[in-house]
Amino acid sequence: MQNLSPHFPALIIIVPLIAALLISAAGWLNRRFCFPLAALGLFTSLLVSVGLLSSVLVKDVILYRLGGWPAPWGILYRIDRLNGLVLVVIFFVAFLNLIANKRTVEESFPEQLGGFYALYVLFVTGLSGMVATGDAFNLYVLLEISSLTGYALIGIGHERAPLAGLNYLFVGTIGASLYLLGIGFLYLMTGSLNMTDIGSLLPGLYNNPVVVLAFLLCMTGLFIKMALFPLHAWLPNAYSFSPAASIGVIAPLTTKVMIYVMIRITFDVFTPEFSFKMMHLGQVMVWLSVAAIIMGSLFALAQTRLKRMLTYVIIAEVGYMVGGFWLGNRMAVTGAVLHILNDAVMTLCIFLAAGAVIYQICGDDFEDFKGLFRKMPISMAAFTVAALSLIGVPPTCGFFSKWYLISGGIAAGHYGFVVALLFSSLVNAVLFFRIIEIGYFEPFPEGGHGEHHSPPAMEIREAPAGMLVCLLLAAVSLIVLGLYTGDIVTRIIDLAIPPAI
Amino acid sequence: MNTILSIKPLLAVLASLLAVPGIILSRSPDAREGWTFAAALAKFGIVVSMIPMVLNGVRLEYTLAEVLPGLGITFRVDAFGMLFAVVASSLWIVTSAYSIGYMRGLHEHSQTRYFCFFALALSATLGVAFAGNLFTLYLFYEALSFATYPLVTHHQDREARSSGRKYLFYILGGSIAFVLPAMLVAYHSTGTLDFTPQGFMGGIESKPTLLVLLLLFVFGFAKAGIMPMHSWLPAAMVAPTPVSALLHAVAVVKVGAFCVVRIITGVFGTDLMAAFHFDTLICVIASVTILTSSLIALTQDELKRRLAFSTIGQLSYIILGVALLSQAGMTGGMLHIAMHAFGKITLFFCAGAIFVATGIKHISGMVGIGRRMPVTMGAFFLGSLSVIGLPPAGGFISKWHLVLGTVQAHQFAMLVVLLISSLLNAAYFLPVVYRAFFCTPEEAMFDNRVAEAPIWCLAPLVVTAVASVILFFYPQPFLRLAELAVQALTGGG
Repeated sequence: MQNLSPHFPALIIIVPLIAALLISAAGWLNRRFCFPLAALGLFTSLLVSVGLLSSVLVKDVILYRLGGWPAPWGILYRIDRLNGLVLVVIFFVAFLNLIANKRTVEESFPEQLGGFYALYVLFVTGLSGMVATGDAFNLYVLLEISSLTGYALIGIGHERAPLAGLNYLFVGTIGASLYLLGIGFLYLMTGSLNMTDIGSLLPGLYNNPVVVLAFLLCMTGLFIKMALFPLHAWLPNAYSFSPAASIGVIAPLTTKVMIYVMIRITFDVFTPEFSFKMMHLGQVMVWLSVAAIIMGSLFALAQTRLKRMLTYVIIAEVGYMVGGFWLGNRMAVTGAVLHILNDAVMTLCIFLAAGAVIYQICGDDFEDFKGLFRKMPISMAAFTVAALSLIGVPPTCGFFSKWYLISGGIAAGHYGFVVALLFSSLVNAVLFFRIIEIGYFEPFPEGGHGEHHSPPAMEIREAPAGMLVCLLLAAVSLIVLGLYTGDIVTRIIDLAIPPAI
Repeated sequence: MNTILSIKPLLAVLASLLAVPGIILSRSPDAREGWTFAAALAKFGIVVSMIPMVLNGVRLEYTLAEVLPGLGITFRVDAFGMLFAVVASSLWIVTSAYSIGYMRGLHEHSQTRYFCFFALALSATLGVAFAGNLFTLYLFYEALSFATYPLVTHHQDREARSSGRKYLFYILGGSIAFVLPAMLVAYHSTGTLDFTPQGFMGGIESKPTLLVLLLLFVFGFAKAGIMPMHSWLPAAMVAPTPVSALLHAVAVVKVGAFCVVRIITGVFGTDLMAAFHFDTLICVIASVTILTSSLIALTQDELKRRLAFSTIGQLSYIILGVALLSQAGMTGGMLHIAMHAFGKITLFFCAGAIFVATGIKHISGMVGIGRRMPVTMGAFFLGSLSVIGLPPAGGFISKWHLVLGTVQAHQFAMLVVLLISSLLNAAYFLPVVYRAFFCTPEEAMFDNRVAEAPIWCLAPLVVTAVASVILFFYPQPFLRLAELAVQALTGGG
């Protein structure tokens, strides 16, 4: 390993890429090898990403020139604390979800194992590449890789999934094209595609309308891809009709990586000075996020199916991060970055729990949750932990990112954002306790009000062991992340945010 | 005052948490209850072992993790926290015994879950008692809300569900919508959340801001049952009686009152309260609650609901006493946490024992019951004396200090409130006792087949009734702690 460690930034893309090729080959030859290959590929990448994170904690920044071409001509991979952290999250989530959903994939797509796993690993490759790269155009390429595989992972499902996937493809392509257009304008102005290089060339051109237009195009493209209200309409259908194994990786990661990209572009390609101060976008963006949080919460209240409800919760959570980021003060930006990490794990946990329930009872209507605390006590316990984290109850990690976001709102004097966050916490409490109530109380004991009647006995029918272990791991990590918030913030996030803020 | 690092507060909190796996995995009910008792005794032992140090003016401190910069999950044992911890952990032992009698006597379902969440709730309670800063307090306050939810809704029927909703609505709504933003604003403006005898809000100059924060805290800690945030408490009486007894007369509601007292003494500080005349405001809020709830209690026929409204009033005694800011008033308020706990838990135990023996919940159906269950109703009488504040019961001591405190603070209106309330207390308790013992044979509703509840139910209520009498003659442990706490706050001694 030691002699490979300089190549870690490349390995993080190459390992899953090769794994994906081998998986599709295995899909032709012997399907039994597909899953182990995928697991091995992602696990290796997880280890590599952990190695990278631990070395950037010491070295600050690792630069890697793909193929040895010097920047700004060649493609540069640039790992710092910020994306080192995000990379670990990506592979952690992807690996855990892969293991948890082994059974569902085998049962849903027995004939397409090779295809599914290859798409899955390619999707993760695209995401991690977007995070690792220091090249604005390379980012677009990897964005397309992850998007195209994402459309396929959604469309592979049954019933309305293909249509929802197609719809997502149309909207997603528009978003990606807008981003590409923005990068094209920047290339026109600076002649460079390397992020840091553009960043150093741009300051003289900030008053140029083309640069402003480029900034707005990039941002709009990213807002579409991250489903920021009111550009969110593609998300609920695409997510709620997709198969469990796909949604378990797409929902926690796609929106979060897009938010990372937004942060990267505003900080590195442009400067915080330009993005926050010269563009006068802060107020607009924060109010837009307030709308996202409130509308997402309200839409979620109107749903009667778990997965669909969760999709609206995601839309609200996007508002948390975008709003926190555009508040532009240190507290709030810390909160936004911390929430990328926390929300990814929370979303993973809640979708794994939902997946376990859906796998066992074949439905996600709220009514299907009757008596579930008796049937599936462990899954429901994990579900409750994830719910508490989404509500924001200490010591789960959801509380701490909310703490920073609200503090940021107070520091900026933006009480609309504070109220929106509190409102969303309360709505989340209603959303999840409505389900927990059904699972805990119903079906009601015979005879109503008496003191001695116990609810009807039910036998325990827990989800398969693989699913349970991953689910519990995710639930425990919610609490562990919460308790280590102090370390994560002071050792990683605080140093990852430019000191100018 | 010197501070030493000690892991004991953490152990006291963890004792019952560590018993949870044992409770879940036990093969037989007896083994399971064995775990509960072991945890309860261990917890009490650890708490008691810290008393001598606290009495000597030593503060024990332990930081579990620094989760936010400059802000950790910190335990700090002072005299006031100690007082509450002793009350909660000693009564848990008694309640565990009572739970066994009650739950087995009624063949309740899901007893494992019941004992498991009971242990969790006690962990959270001690966490609140030993919390060294507002953040830790909030953390355990929330943990307690969730740990008690399955207890409140134990019966899992429609009534339990609607009560559970109400419970969460008030408690969680209060803490998320009121306390959380107030805490964040406080942290943002002052940079700390550590409780100090002088409070830490001195840096905030503007009176309106301080006033809003204070009100957010006082009403946000809805467990204190200050009107209009009280109506979860009568609803929560659908819980099994041991739960109502320990959690809704002792742990949960006292946690609420404890939090409000901490806000007044540790966050705002007595000087600040007095400087802005917030003390009178809180006194008025508390006395409105005292009088209204006592009047409502008069109209309740269901015994547990009457007790619930009585509790709402008595909680505000604590807050009123501390808000008087006089030496005796604060001592009385803090002491009332202990005295009221022993009295009220006896009354709840009695209500449960009557229910186990006869299945009756309503006062109108209890005529003549004293003849069939003399021990229970005798204990009920002692418990009522304590809550009313008459000798020879412990409640007299705390009420004496409270009355003294109003005189010291020259708050004669509050003196009148206390006296009227005592009369009302007598009016809603004593008729119950009277009708239970004195009636013509024709009126008596019970025949020879009715007898006392099982020994597991009976023994605990006798113990607590006797304890509340003993506390009248020997209030020193609690009185000493309360005096120490007040000394630390006022800087005297």
